Amino acid sequence: MMRPDTPLSRPMTPLERPLTPQSRPITPFGRPITPQARSENGSFDRPITPHVKDTAVDDGVTPIHLNIDWSAVDFDAIELPPGEDFGIISEDEEEELEEIQTETGFGSVIVVDNLPVVPPEKREKLEGVVRKIFGQIGGIRENGLYMPTDPETGKTKGFAFIEYTTPLEAQTAREQTNGYKLDKSHVFAVQMFDDFEKYAKVPDEYVPPELKEYTPKENLYAWLMDKRGRDQFVIRFNDHTEVYWNDPRQGKPEPVYQRSFWTENFVQWSPMGTFIATNHRQGAQIWGGPSWERREKFHHPQVALLDFSPGERFLVTYSTHEPSNPRDTQKVLLNVFDIRSGKSLRQFQGSADDFATAAGGSLGGVPWPVFKWAGGREDKFFARLGRNAISVYETETMSLIDKKSIKVDNIADFQWSPSDPILSMFIPEGGGGNQPARVTLMAIPSKEELRQKNLFSVSDCKMFWQTSGEYLAVKVDRYTKTKKSTYSGFELFRIKERDIPIEVLELENKNDKIIAFAWEPKGHRFAIVHGDGPRPDVSFYSMKSPKNTGRVTLLTTLKNRQVNTLYWSPQGKFIVLAGLKAHNGQLEFFNVDEVETMATAEHFMATEVEWDPTGRFVATCVTSVHQMENGFNIWSFHGNLLYRLPRDKFYQFRWRPRPPSLLSAEKEAEIAKNLKKYSKKYDEEDELITAEQNTTLKEERRAMIDQWTEWKTNWKRCNEDEKVLRLALRGDDSEDEEEFEQEEVEVEEIIDIQEEVITSF
Amino acid sequence: MRPILLKGHERPLTFLKYNRDGDLLFSCAKDHNPNVWFADNGERLGNYKGHNGAVWCCDVTRDSRFLVTGSADQSAKLWDVETGVQLYSFTFETPARSVAFSEGEKLLLITTDPFMGAPSAIHIKRVEAERTEQTQDSIEIIKGHVGRVTRAVWGPLNTTIISCGEDGTIRQWDASNGKELNMKEAHSKNIQTLSMSADGSHFITASADKSAKLFDTRTFELLKTYQAERPINAAAISPLLDHVVLGGGQEARDVTTTSSRAGKFEAKFYHKIFEEEIGGVKGHFGPINALAFNPDGRSFASGGEDGYVRVHHFDAEYFTMKV
Repeated sequence: MMRPDTPLSRPMTPLERPLTPQSRPITPFGRPITPQARSENGSFDRPITPHVKDTAVDDGVTPIHLNIDWSAVDFDAIELPPGEDFGIISEDEEEELEEIQTETGFGSVIVVDNLPVVPPEKREKLEGVVRKIFGQIGGIRENGLYMPTDPETGKTKGFAFIEYTTPLEAQTAREQTNGYKLDKSHVFAVQMFDDFEKYAKVPDEYVPPELKEYTPKENLYAWLMDKRGRDQFVIRFNDHTEVYWNDPRQGKPEPVYQRSFWTENFVQWSPMGTFIATNHRQGAQIWGGPSWERREKFHHPQVALLDFSPGERFLVTYSTHEPSNPRDTQKVLLNVFDIRSGKSLRQFQGSADDFATAAGGSLGGVPWPVFKWAGGREDKFFARLGRNAISVYETETMSLIDKKSIKVDNIADFQWSPSDPILSMFIPEGGGGNQPARVTLMAIPSKEELRQKNLFSVSDCKMFWQTSGEYLAVKVDRYTKTKKSTYSGFELFRIKERDIPIEVLELENKNDKIIAFAWEPKGHRFAIVHGDGPRPDVSFYSMKSPKNTGRVTLLTTLKNRQVNTLYWSPQGKFIVLAGLKAHNGQLEFFNVDEVETMATAEHFMATEVEWDPTGRFVATCVTSVHQMENGFNIWSFHGNLLYRLPRDKFYQFRWRPRPPSLLSAEKEAEIAKNLKKYSKKYDEEDELITAEQNTTLKEERRAMIDQWTEWKTNWKRCNEDEKVLRLALRGDDSEDEEEFEQEEVEVEEIIDIQEEVITSF
Repeated sequence: MRPILLKGHERPLTFLKYNRDGDLLFSCAKDHNPNVWFADNGERLGNYKGHNGAVWCCDVTRDSRFLVTGSADQSAKLWDVETGVQLYSFTFETPARSVAFSEGEKLLLITTDPFMGAPSAIHIKRVEAERTEQTQDSIEIIKGHVGRVTRAVWGPLNTTIISCGEDGTIRQWDASNGKELNMKEAHSKNIQTLSMSADGSHFITASADKSAKLFDTRTFELLKTYQAERPINAAAISPLLDHVVLGGGQEARDVTTTSSRAGKFEAKFYHKIFEEEIGGVKGHFGPINALAFNPDGRSFASGGEDGYVRVHHFDAEYFTMKV
């Protein structure tokens, strides 16, 4: 996942947020920022002090220091530029504007409406009920419950104000109790006190929104129509972001688009390559089309991470915020946006602890992505791991399916199948070892358990789905009998077969550590790096070899390889065995069909390897984790170095993904069969381009030589004029002017002449 | 192309100079004693003892009789090449860096570093035929560079002086009155050195901004730019073919943090006119600080931070190579 790696040293390009004159900040989408979000700006619990700097005082500059004779200055004659700031834009301006979001101080107050109207004698009872309901959610302040009464009748008015200790609690209370059914006729309507002004402004009469005129937008898929079928990639270095065509025939990339300060921390392609996303202080933006115009902006202050749904319908944004009280945990804010409208469909927030899971890795325990999207391009479900539960949401309603999370005690990890709405879950041993660990497959939304496997003395499990969802491999680390060490094996599920048969695979040497595992995309093979020490082995297995269709078979093992990472070509068949980090960037290009090494190479210090989406090229790069050697190399799939581009402070290299092919499987097979016929055409094209390049290169070079000769002749003429002077200066009468010149001189020399008489018989 | 390894210095090399005939090679290093070698076989003739600081630069007369060296011990010394006897010592308030004889060797140019508030300067001294009449007096003292003047050489007919400095500029001065005639901000980082072509028509600058540039001596017109992947410390122009050689590497202080492969300590050859890289010579295990072509163009020498001088005689293929 992308990590923020650029220093935040410059003001960001604003999201062009209209700053309305009234006190309430309105987002571009007309949605008020929730008080929760506002408090992140640090403006909630402390008084607002105007951020005006008196430079004369601040900097201690006095007229004496400035060396100005003030008596001689005619102040009336001085004309100041117009405007309060004298036309000088303060650097703090933006910050100030954000801070001046006047607070009413009622951020932690909610208004509960639709309470029963009760006479004074019943008032106390009602108060008790209200306290009970709202006290569960957070601490109500002393005298924090106020229920106004009608002075004439003495009855309550049917609403109450409740003040919590923190705005966060108020916010949660509003969310949880709005729509709470006290009884049939009393359904609570709970609002934030601060929002009342907004509701008051709603005009009484309905005004139909103005229809915006349709403006045709650029074709987002234009890049797919490149005549030469090239692929694009984006690189980010220094403050620059640049998009290129990969053009190995020219031996260099062809620039498409470049922009400095495009993003704060990273750029990210959408999964089908339609958009590129950038992050900014105010939110995220997506760009696309031939002119890279902005397609949408997503308001989310201090957004740190983005995640697209696989079908590009939704965008999840994530940010963490320092708590106002240092003893509290960090707060997490997530938004699910509709990509086409830019509207936030659902917001999730809570403390980092709520989002942290046992299996959590980065981000202070919060795993990323927080939400995992169900397989396929329909974007129907997304799910999040909770404590003893998985929360699966439906995108149609943006709410939990069946309105509740799926309870799974002790759950440690889950994965979606990449093609179907199937969840695989790993539940470690429970009850002090009385309950076995298990791996379960569950269909969504039916919650039907498809298959379960119990496993014993397990320390950990990792689940690997094959990209087309046909197989699931579970790497199981088991304790040895002494419980002092672990060994690894695999459980292989055949998802598409009846009853989902499971097969157990153990390595020849059970004690080998598993260093890496990777399925062949779209295929039925997988590769494992295993072994101890610096030179592990690489094994290839097949789930259906010709001889043994129902069983996993070992295809081959490569011994003693400097490998720690595996990169299959997206089309399968080829794999790059890479030794990154400790192995200093060793690369082996391997053909699994033929079981042969096509090439070995090295990209010294390489940190990343990435295949282009078509499987024709491989990029290896050294990013700024290293000081030196930054830049990237492009290789052909069989390991020819095509070109390299060094760039200092190199942060990112990303191929632009492609949407899935529109060709049917039969059509693809037909093309593969008649490949010769097709390739002929392209070969000719290639030759033409190469020939053209050669001629232009020759011409360029000739021009360069001509230019140089011309300059040289001029200089020589000048030099000749000075010759006498120079020799005089030197006190030298030799005519020997030093410049060496290479000349080819043919010398014919007759060494010997002999005459022979040849007599013929 | 089997290199000859000259092991005669204990500290990083700073400068290399062939005499006009190309049979002698002078090497200066941060240890205090410049050496002289037979350029052909690498045999050491001797050294010049007397300096008490790093020796930054040297120059030798056309007749190979006298040597001048500039040192961080705040002096520049004249030596008898054959005997190694110190003939004269110019003393300064600040370290001397670059030295150069004029055409005809009547004048001597010595640059001094900024030190203790004193700015950098270019001094012009008269070289007396009689050593007894030699004085410390400078004919001219030129100031103007910001920071160190890393190298200064004479322009055509001794009328101008061309200097480069840490401020990334190249400057042309009138040798008779010290006026600045031309200034160009050539590089974005400091220029480490400059080197003249054999005929004096153009010169090459080597800069820490990872590039080297070729300029017209008279007009300062930028002729060519050579882009490299590492800071350039030294550059030289082949007198025979249209080649230039660049040397450098990552900064000395970073060398120990990576393996020698990472440092790019190769001497890189570029085609002078096409600006394309055509080859490289590996060998040093530290940055290259000094480069010099033999005046016949058939060999070159490189001096590294590692304390070695490597003399390379080109193979026959080098001369027939097609670009």
